[in-house]
Amino acid sequence: MINKGNELKLQLVNPGILERYIKTLSPWFCGAFISSLIIGLWFAIFNSPPDYLQGETVRIMYIHVPSAWMALFIYSSMAVASLIGLIYGHLVAFIYTKSVAPIGAVFTLICLVTGSLWGKPMWGTWWVWDARLTSMFILLFIYLSFIIVSKSFNDPVKGDKISSIFALIGFINIPIIKFSVDIWTTLHQPATISKLDTPSIHIDMLIPLLIMFTSFVFLFLYIFSIRFFSELNLRRYVTYTLSSK
Amino acid sequence: MIKRKKRIYLISLFFITIATSIYLILWALRDNIVFFYSPSEIQQKISLKEIDEMSKLRLGGMVKESSIEQFNDGSINFIITDFNKEMVVFYKGIIPDLFKDQQGVIAEGSINNKGMFIANSILAKHDENYMPPEVQDTLKKDYGDK
Repeated sequence: MINKGNELKLQLVNPGILERYIKTLSPWFCGAFISSLIIGLWFAIFNSPPDYLQGETVRIMYIHVPSAWMALFIYSSMAVASLIGLIYGHLVAFIYTKSVAPIGAVFTLICLVTGSLWGKPMWGTWWVWDARLTSMFILLFIYLSFIIVSKSFNDPVKGDKISSIFALIGFINIPIIKFSVDIWTTLHQPATISKLDTPSIHIDMLIPLLIMFTSFVFLFLYIFSIRFFSELNLRRYVTYTLSSK
Repeated sequence: MIKRKKRIYLISLFFITIATSIYLILWALRDNIVFFYSPSEIQQKISLKEIDEMSKLRLGGMVKESSIEQFNDGSINFIITDFNKEMVVFYKGIIPDLFKDQQGVIAEGSINNKGMFIANSILAKHDENYMPPEVQDTLKKDYGDK
């Protein structure tokens, strides 16, 4: 009685079958990452105009903005996976959250460091405690705490539950980051691209930005596939040792 | 099925409770989370006696057109405006590259008894528009210097 759509869904929540899918796809993720990175960097460094106000410094944007997007996107996906895991109890949802958290933390760190390097020449300061910068800094700590919480339980079932609840609480910070520049006065400027109006960036700068973002997405998918295998094997090992006791 | 439904209710109730409490905390702290005040807000605060010469604050707005005055000892004088009220700022020190006429600026410091703002540091604030210099030139030609 299972129709085709349901069959695929069942396959995707089966860790072993999903592992096979990801194993086939992961070299393609790696290839797509490297080729789009080369194109993106070539556009970003050689084939995009300087900014009328910021000059060549604007090129930091091509790393800073995609990593900020990735940091927010990865956390949001973790929150969704946690919710699915808590409601339906699918193991892959928990394994997903566990395996992508360090990737998100690193993207947050990249965003903070490049932002700081950009802030010094443009704003005249490495760091200020304005709402956007502070909420992004908190996101880094939420990621790190999630990693610690998810690793601190001997019982994997209990650990999954608690860390998923933690991930859901942390999700409250995501809209705060997004709208911090609109709600409060900040040193950081408001959104350029993700707003209802047309993006206030010239097309020659938007193209390299989007290519770099694509490249970061594939980098994320590639690292995720590696992390997925190791988390899955770790889980198999833990379940095996628990059951053989 | 009943168990799953119960779980969904429990999770959403839990989430809503925490989200509401965080919202209330942020609402209560809104006056501290803002990074700077506009000249209008500062003058309102002076008249309400909420701030005095001892209070450290940040003043933000636009540098008024051709209001920057430079002195021989390296100090500068300029006017920050929010197109409603304006305040004179006095500053001595290093200024960021983006500090220009009609650019966003944030001054950190305190007010003196004459209603002037004495800044300890100056931060430049830029807007969310990115474009090549040629486009900016044609925009200026088409619409005139704003």
